[in-house]
Amino acid sequence: MGRYVVRRLVQMVPVFIGATLLIFLMVNVMGDPVAGLCGDRQCDPATAAQLRKEFGLDQPVWQQYLTYMGNVFTGDFGTAFNGQEVTELMSTAFPVTIRLTVVAILFEVVIGVTLGVVTGLRRGRPVDTGVLLLTLVVISVPTFVTGLLLQLLLGVEWGWIRPSVSPAAPFDELILPGLVLASVSLAYVTRLTRTSIAENRRSDYVRTAIAKGLPRHRVVTRHLLRNSLIPVVTFIGADIGFLMGGAIVTERIFNIHGVGYQLYQGILRQNTQTVVGFVTVLVLVFLLCNLVVDLLYAVLDPRIRYA
Amino acid sequence: MPGATHARWAAGAAAVALVVTGCGGGDDGDSGAVLSSSWTDPQNPLEPANTNEVQGGKVLDMIFRGLKRYDAKTGAAEDMLAERIETSDSRNYTITVKDGWTFSDGEKVTARSFVDAWNYGASLKNNQKNAYFFSYIEGYDKVHPEKGEQSAETMSGLKVTGERTFTVRLSQKFSSFPDTLGYNAFVPLPRAFFDDHAAWLAKPVGNGPYAVESYTKGSEMRLTKWDAYPGEDAARNGGVTLKVYTDNNTAYTDLMAGNLDLVDDVPAQQLKNVRGDLGDRYLNTPAGIIQTLAFPHYDKDWNKAGSVKVRKGLSRAINREQITDTIFQKTRTPATDWTSPVLGKDGGYKEGLCGEWCDYDAAAAKKLIEEGGGLPGGQVKITYNADTGSHKLWVDAVCNSINNALDNDRACVGNPIGTFADFRSKSTTQKISGPFRAGWQMDYPLTQNFLQPLYYTNASSNDGKWSNEEFDRLVDQANAETDVAKAVEIFQQAEEVVRDNMAAIPLWYQNGSAGWSERLSNVALNPFSVPVYDQIKVG
Amino acid sequence: MPEQPLESEGVIAGTGTGGAMDLATTEAETPAKRPPPAFGGGPGGGTESTGKPRSLWSDAWRDLRRNPVFIVSGLIILFLIVISLWPSAIASGSPLDCDLAKSQQGSAPGHPFGYDGQGCDVYTRTVYGARTSVAVGVCAMLGVAILGSVLGALAGFFGGPWDSILSRITDIFFAIPVILGGLVLLSVVTSNSIWPVIGFMVLLGWPQISRIARGSVITAKQNDYVQAARALGASNSRMLLRHITPNAVAPVIVVATIALGTYIALEATLSYLGVGLKPPSVSWGIDISAASPYIRNAPHALLWPSGALAITVLAFIMLGDAVRDALDPKLR
Repeated sequence: MGRYVVRRLVQMVPVFIGATLLIFLMVNVMGDPVAGLCGDRQCDPATAAQLRKEFGLDQPVWQQYLTYMGNVFTGDFGTAFNGQEVTELMSTAFPVTIRLTVVAILFEVVIGVTLGVVTGLRRGRPVDTGVLLLTLVVISVPTFVTGLLLQLLLGVEWGWIRPSVSPAAPFDELILPGLVLASVSLAYVTRLTRTSIAENRRSDYVRTAIAKGLPRHRVVTRHLLRNSLIPVVTFIGADIGFLMGGAIVTERIFNIHGVGYQLYQGILRQNTQTVVGFVTVLVLVFLLCNLVVDLLYAVLDPRIRYA
Repeated sequence: MPGATHARWAAGAAAVALVVTGCGGGDDGDSGAVLSSSWTDPQNPLEPANTNEVQGGKVLDMIFRGLKRYDAKTGAAEDMLAERIETSDSRNYTITVKDGWTFSDGEKVTARSFVDAWNYGASLKNNQKNAYFFSYIEGYDKVHPEKGEQSAETMSGLKVTGERTFTVRLSQKFSSFPDTLGYNAFVPLPRAFFDDHAAWLAKPVGNGPYAVESYTKGSEMRLTKWDAYPGEDAARNGGVTLKVYTDNNTAYTDLMAGNLDLVDDVPAQQLKNVRGDLGDRYLNTPAGIIQTLAFPHYDKDWNKAGSVKVRKGLSRAINREQITDTIFQKTRTPATDWTSPVLGKDGGYKEGLCGEWCDYDAAAAKKLIEEGGGLPGGQVKITYNADTGSHKLWVDAVCNSINNALDNDRACVGNPIGTFADFRSKSTTQKISGPFRAGWQMDYPLTQNFLQPLYYTNASSNDGKWSNEEFDRLVDQANAETDVAKAVEIFQQAEEVVRDNMAAIPLWYQNGSAGWSERLSNVALNPFSVPVYDQIKVG
Repeated sequence: MPEQPLESEGVIAGTGTGGAMDLATTEAETPAKRPPPAFGGGPGGGTESTGKPRSLWSDAWRDLRRNPVFIVSGLIILFLIVISLWPSAIASGSPLDCDLAKSQQGSAPGHPFGYDGQGCDVYTRTVYGARTSVAVGVCAMLGVAILGSVLGALAGFFGGPWDSILSRITDIFFAIPVILGGLVLLSVVTSNSIWPVIGFMVLLGWPQISRIARGSVITAKQNDYVQAARALGASNSRMLLRHITPNAVAPVIVVATIALGTYIALEATLSYLGVGLKPPSVSWGIDISAASPYIRNAPHALLWPSGALAITVLAFIMLGDAVRDALDPKLR
């Protein structure tokens, strides 16, 4: 197990370097950010040159990358164009996005798995067909349409909730944004659980358990659910990284000042430091989540042993 | 929240109509007298000479007072901290600062506070984006050379001659120099700014009616009334909380839901609902902003014999009236000259200067464009930045108007550019091959500010690289003219040169718009479309 | 290694607001230490579905023809293809013919869906939007499927260092959040054709297919008949093309069909963020994002293109579902 973890960590290094380099190059392709800083007026050449020098933009890309990564390893993520330390932005943005992600994951687990189990046990019944159709609708309507509609209805027309999230972003204000963020994954969790349950219901060990005369709820919880949830758990685990990086749309609709907001602002202002900094952390989260998910496999499924 | 208690008392005293609405925001930080207002995180550090957009300007306007201040109604430059500004030759000025002013940290505002601030703003090494505002001052070329290292730390044209007096020597005659001193770049700075710069940036200290209480980057800034403010325009509310919004549609939604008190930029898409949603709690006043379509005069396709006719034809193909009515619900006014109505007749605004060339006439448009040799490449692409809401709306509408006038579905097409930075990068490096969006928000209410930066040869915002000797000559002449009325007249002659060449197509004058909650009263916007926060009453 | 059903479920997202991801992510290891399938039988359980390729496909077809889900989604898709090719057959006007005077008006004779904010006919634009949206979806899907399955098959077939390198590259592209990549890459694009958007989708979408292709090639490679072919001295290319590909292609088809729907939805999301297709392209994404701020005044302008988009995405997902059910005998 230990050796496996070490090997996985070693394998992460090239992926980490490659992903950060890729995003660094992509942001660089966006071109010269300095022109945008001077508003509708042309920067005077001397100031523009000075700014480029200060942000290291006058150096070749590879050198910029090396300098940047060197700084990152010492904990210096650079400074945004408006003079704010990227680490300072992170310290306000990440807690908000983590809270949002937690809410979203909770929705996935509670609603997704419940619906999945119910439909999986009642395959082909009206409730199954209904939920299945509902998940399809959720998947096929773009999130921003769902989000804007819910915001207008619940927030403005009916006044049930705050239409936007306050800067402190407490959990109760994140319920609707969390649901919107989770919606697509929630639909997938439902479908995944349903398939898995339906399949395992016909497996030998469940038949055996039923044949032994175990009570139904025991069969479901102890035997069926435990095995069926393995793919669901791995899905949700891997989803964490995606939710955190993918919240750009949701955070924009509900005015949440989290990672998605900072990334969006960073891109609009072509702020390499902000974008690369946040993505670097996101890539790390993503890779670690994947590792944890793999290890969870072993915990959940005793047949798996990592060498 | 230490400021809350006295803030509430202030509201009790100032309130005229005591409508107890409780706490509309439901925000735990709001006391009765603090209002919340929509904001966007400034693009540059909040230094006075480094702030070139409205959002940062909003804050500076609250926490600073300069030598002059533009009247919120008329836009006229009036003395604020200046006791006297004297000159005999329009080149050497002696400025006396009023006594009794301090910064909110207790430091006295002296002549040195100004001179140090201006030298800081001009110095190349400080990367101040508005450094060029000091370029009229003698010695600017030494502290801010166009190339290479600066050879001086301070400008030779600035001299402190007493505790409250200093002299300014300009490198050329500039009669309206005192009128430019109301601009944010010219405010004084406390020693704290220089001694511990990082701490100052984290919590700026100024001499205005408000003091910064806290600044959470990227999410909100809390400003409270500075009780010891020595000026006459002390805040009539307990404070302002600026909340950052990514999308002004969300800000408007929040206003309707009662989570926000003031939105100073009502999104175009919501204008239709504004009367229904807010009733009288909505304001729509002219601001010193004009939208134009600039042309790539560096591109030979747009610099041919017939190009003037093509440009005039395009101008006549745009139904300004219909677009401002439908898309902007009359929050913009069809432009008939190249300045702004906020200047007033005496200030240089001349209604109808554009004449028939700004009137919609499909048949005339078609004829003009044909006579001019047709559209270059058979199609015009209007380039704009798509990252802020309403540009796409009006560019599409302008294109549809042109297409309808020319009976051609594809005569005009919008060409969005993803980010403002990229758009500016392309327009300042002559990489745009068709007309492009050019918005101009005045820095100070002078005709000169609407013409020189935009149309003078190689001027800082002359992105289309238009160049006309006659125009340049007239502008130089007007700048040297000491008689204001005469100067305005010459500027208008210069403007006529712009018209005759249709250097840029004027589209519309932009109004400032604001909507507010029931808690607020006495809301007004100044000619820069910034709310006059200190006059707002809460409660 | 019968993980196709699992993968094809998990994989459908990966677009939109960071939906799901490939469950096989975690298994980018050499086959020997890949975890056993998460459900179903033990190792080698997949042989039942790969024993007789021809009968699998004909079985599947017979199954599909009787599946109402397949028939309905197939008809919708057929209809979409027809109006994409000949939009003028059911919409006479031009989608670019807009009159601001009619801004936000409701339906009128000849204009059943009313007008949008710019005074364009919503019906005509919705019909013409199908072409762009379907073209983006189909082209992106083809690009992703080709690039992903070639790279995945190579990695899975050759194994060893090739596999390691390709798998790491796959991981790199997988680690970049899709929406973020779109914002960055597409914000600099000035072309108003659909190709940059498609190119971006292919660039960040291929790892999804690549993983599945790799997994199923590894599974197929271990089958007895492939081992037999190898023993008989068949060349690499012959084995890959004749024996492995036909057996490994089913999961790729399933996932690609479902992904097609998500690409159409992704185009709309990109438009909402201001980096999608550009005028004079007519697409549902452009119209939805333009209409969404007008939701209170002219909901019809939002409703119709959104509805068309949802139905299209739905049709492709249902088709993928139906195909998967048909190709996976275990689920019957």
